[in-house]
Amino acid sequence: MIALLTRDLRLAVRAGGGFGLGLAFFLIVVVLVPFGVGPESGLLSKIAPGVLWLGALLACLLSLDRILALDWEDGSLDLLATAPLPMEAIVSIKALAHWITTGLPLVLAAPVFGLLLNLPDAGYVPLVISLLIGTPALSVIGTFGAALTVGLKRGGLLLSLLVLPLYVPTLIFGAEMARRAIEGMEATTPLLMLAGITCGTIALLPFASAAVLRVNLR
Amino acid sequence: MGSIWEYANPKKFIATTDRLLPWVSALALVALVGGLIWGFFFTPDDYKQGSTVKIIYLHVPSALMAINAWMMMLVASLIWIVRRHHVSALAARAAAPIGAVMTLIALITGAIWGQPMWGTWWEWDPRLTSFLILFLFYLGYMALWAAIENDDTAADLTSILCLVGSVFAILSRYAVNFWNQGLHQGSSVMRAGAMMGDTEERVSNVYAVPLFVCIAGFILLFIALVFLRTQTEIRARRMRALLARERMN
Repeated sequence: MIALLTRDLRLAVRAGGGFGLGLAFFLIVVVLVPFGVGPESGLLSKIAPGVLWLGALLACLLSLDRILALDWEDGSLDLLATAPLPMEAIVSIKALAHWITTGLPLVLAAPVFGLLLNLPDAGYVPLVISLLIGTPALSVIGTFGAALTVGLKRGGLLLSLLVLPLYVPTLIFGAEMARRAIEGMEATTPLLMLAGITCGTIALLPFASAAVLRVNLR
Repeated sequence: MGSIWEYANPKKFIATTDRLLPWVSALALVALVGGLIWGFFFTPDDYKQGSTVKIIYLHVPSALMAINAWMMMLVASLIWIVRRHHVSALAARAAAPIGAVMTLIALITGAIWGQPMWGTWWEWDPRLTSFLILFLFYLGYMALWAAIENDDTAADLTSILCLVGSVFAILSRYAVNFWNQGLHQGSSVMRAGAMMGDTEERVSNVYAVPLFVCIAGFILLFIALVFLRTQTEIRARRMRALLARERMN
């Protein structure tokens, strides 16, 4: 398992793209927002947590098809399927690798990008916490979507159509937590709900992803 | 009479639905025409809402069917996963566009109703929002069916998507509830207390009776359409098989 994880991580870093691309995309989204809504700092600081969450979500989405597509094309996914490792473990590792290469950098970069959007001081810690807790769910759900569309030639658009509705609860609770914390309201309820979604998806969704992948490899 | 599993045989399914279809369609037509005419022309205007209240005869039944169609797809998907009866996978596929259209009708009639009543076409109200999300789920489901060439693979993948999607649809419903308080009223048609004769907080009988006729009409319409579309799917698949065999010779 660890060998697979290090292999995926190494591939992601060395093949280029995976690591930097998500971050660059996140940066561009954050830069484009003020052009769209105007440079007024009050407005920006109001929408900052939502924009940061959306940017992270879209950056995650962008890199989803890389989770499985490359391994599918060169046949290493077939090899992995015949390996003694159960399919559930393989998809979990894939999701973890995706999170380490995409989710974690986003979490770490979010405070810096928060500066650009004039995020209120009270927002930094809650935002980072909510992203830290929420992004693993994004990776796990995304792996399910990637497994669904792995056999398709032009699956990219379909992948977004399938995955984005599944992201709704995570986005709502994540952004809500940051927003409530900024406004000085109680934020533990959305935080707990977010943690619940993440734990639930990590525990259950790999089974669905593995089932789907088995069908696709048939 | 055997069990319902006999209808997993496509031939038997087609034979039975062929016999049922005229009856179901006729009943649906009668209930819909009767219920809508009754509702539109023979009920009084509401003292607050005027005649706009009458859109309820389209709005409530379609919203109900939008959810029920997804439930039916869920059951059909489960049957496909567990027992692998092709008819049930095809029935789920047949139900999806109908459910999507029902969702769309509910959203559009809701907007038309909301404009005079709430003064807005659209509001990010929990009920409205979750219906929009439901519509997105329908779109994704249908797109996945359309994208995959192999029928069995498509059936497998879409049924798993339907299961996962159901869980997330329910999650979204509660998340959205938490996220914003809404304008939309709660259910006032079928409330436990209302059934016991407490008429304070529910739709008055003058409106409720034609409404139930309309709901029955929508349910029958849905059944008729699912029968018809499933038959079409079965026949289309049969035709493809025959054509493929032709080419082999």
